[in-house]
Amino acid sequence: MRPVYMVSGGITKFAKAHPEMTFQLMVKKAYDYALADIGLTHREAVDAIDGVVASYFSDHFTRQLMAGIMVQDYLGLVPKPGHRVEGGGATGGICFQEAYKSVASGVMDVCVAYGFETMSHVNTWKGNEFIALASDVNFDYPVGGFYTGYYAMMVVRHMKEFGTKVEQMAMVSVKNHINAYHNPYAQKREQLTIEDVRNSPMVAWPLTRLDVCVMSDGAAVALLASEEGIRKLEKASGTRLRPVRVSGVGRGTDSMRMADRPHGKVILLPHESPDDYRGLDYPGIHSFRAGRMATKLAYDMAGIKDPLKDIDFVELHDAYTSSEIQTYEDMGLCRYGEGGKFVEAGNPFLPNIDYGLKLKKKGTIPVNPSGGLMACGHPVGATGLMQAVFAFWQVQHSIKKHFGNDLLQVRDAKRGAIHSHAGTGTYVTVSILEKA
Amino acid sequence: MKKEKENIAMPETEEGTVLFNVPFPKDLKQLKGMSPIITLQHYGINYIHSYGQDSPFFAGLANGRLLGTRCTSCGYVHVTPKLHCQQCGGECEWMELPKEGRIHTFTVCYFGSEEFLKETPFMLVLVEFAGAKTLMLSRLLGVDPSKASVDLIGKRVKPRFKRNSKFKPTDVYFVLTE
Ligand SMILES: [Zn+2]
Repeated sequence: MRPVYMVSGGITKFAKAHPEMTFQLMVKKAYDYALADIGLTHREAVDAIDGVVASYFSDHFTRQLMAGIMVQDYLGLVPKPGHRVEGGGATGGICFQEAYKSVASGVMDVCVAYGFETMSHVNTWKGNEFIALASDVNFDYPVGGFYTGYYAMMVVRHMKEFGTKVEQMAMVSVKNHINAYHNPYAQKREQLTIEDVRNSPMVAWPLTRLDVCVMSDGAAVALLASEEGIRKLEKASGTRLRPVRVSGVGRGTDSMRMADRPHGKVILLPHESPDDYRGLDYPGIHSFRAGRMATKLAYDMAGIKDPLKDIDFVELHDAYTSSEIQTYEDMGLCRYGEGGKFVEAGNPFLPNIDYGLKLKKKGTIPVNPSGGLMACGHPVGATGLMQAVFAFWQVQHSIKKHFGNDLLQVRDAKRGAIHSHAGTGTYVTVSILEKA
Repeated sequence: MKKEKENIAMPETEEGTVLFNVPFPKDLKQLKGMSPIITLQHYGINYIHSYGQDSPFFAGLANGRLLGTRCTSCGYVHVTPKLHCQQCGGECEWMELPKEGRIHTFTVCYFGSEEFLKETPFMLVLVEFAGAKTLMLSRLLGVDPSKASVDLIGKRVKPRFKRNSKFKPTDVYFVLTE
């Protein structure tokens, strides 16, 4: 395999609805942004691009099969190679990694990863139904299929096993919403308090409406290239690119039904020992084995020994405040069971932002400096690519250029991790982006 | 910090007005400023769905029996049935689950998917059984949703069955034994 770089990205602002655009135009806007950012005209792009990977989650939301190719022809990128990937909430993360593989394998020098979702085409409750169809329709969905309910059951067990508190979960919401306040791409920009989160309507005990991300329309694009591809793009555009290296990719899986997850041993990361987890039933329903597997593979490939020292920030899949806490643990930012205390101490907050909270260890490793899914929105097929674009801008140190302010720029960001997550933890991807 | 006034809104419904035409400008250049045309389109399907090799589970529920499967080569128990073992790939046999289990975890759903919205608030539960490491997703009845607390975990529960089977996993539900 050869080195792969991300060379540009674009996002079509996530919103509750984009009735003024079809999904084709939604992707086109993000694509145009990515091209303009490296000074590439359409003609030059068409000449340089070898192929695409398309990402959208739900055929029910689009009510249009083969929507991937409809985007590709709208972008003017037929008859080049292309395909669509689907893997629930991790569809965007998988798309990014498939584009990575296309370049790493030598099949392509320049590959476009694009993703979108049009969730506004049905009402919120029908949307919840469509999402719940990503649970077993024989045994799980008919019982009362509702993803917030599934995640609530996980965190109730997390609370029982480890003493995690609802206020700790609320702190995740406060952090991500206040971060997003400074991000012009975010769907929700609100200054919240822990009380606001706890006092908002209960969705599935103990998760309130502000513990849960919203549904969105939106699109995102990532442009990946080999060294040869970078030379081609630089020659075509006459500008010098500022590529960021994709130094690690990992992916893990687990059984579709969380009720089926057996109990075994924890998959250990380099900085952990078996003694850390004596007597812990793993993964149970409190932890995501797929997330741990993806993390281990990505860390091994990128040479990460201790994530707190070797990674400067993380953009992770916070569909629920509880799953952000669970994911700190899967990614080894703290030990299993310590996620609640990890956020309470302030570790995943940005050091320079005022959250109205007293935090002892503020900013050890900023998590979701963009505001995450919680506040930026979650148009499923675009989400994992949105994370890639935010991480790319962080490592490029170009947040100020794209956001119009640098409050969310992680100082000295050299290496970041992105994490995309499906179902009740069925497909998870982790990718590492670092200074080239 | 949301202001109360911002929450005042007429409820949105999905009935629209039947519309057969819209105004159209003489100058085509004005078309790019046009508002999007948004219409209501229905999509409904009946599926001829088979439970396949898992059918005996639903036959069991119709007859007041709660079935799981056990691997004939390694003994692993699948509380929600799988005819082939997820641990070793061996073939499984049908078995009756214990008459009592315990609450492994639960929640109270105050909102839900459209199909279940009218049933809210309802309780979901994952039930654990002695001798099995997998769990069963079901409804928990007879518990006051406002009394939700982690203390419910570990409480004994037993299955009850619907008299008129619908051949769905909700043909069984759980109630507290104590
Ligand atoms: Zn077996």
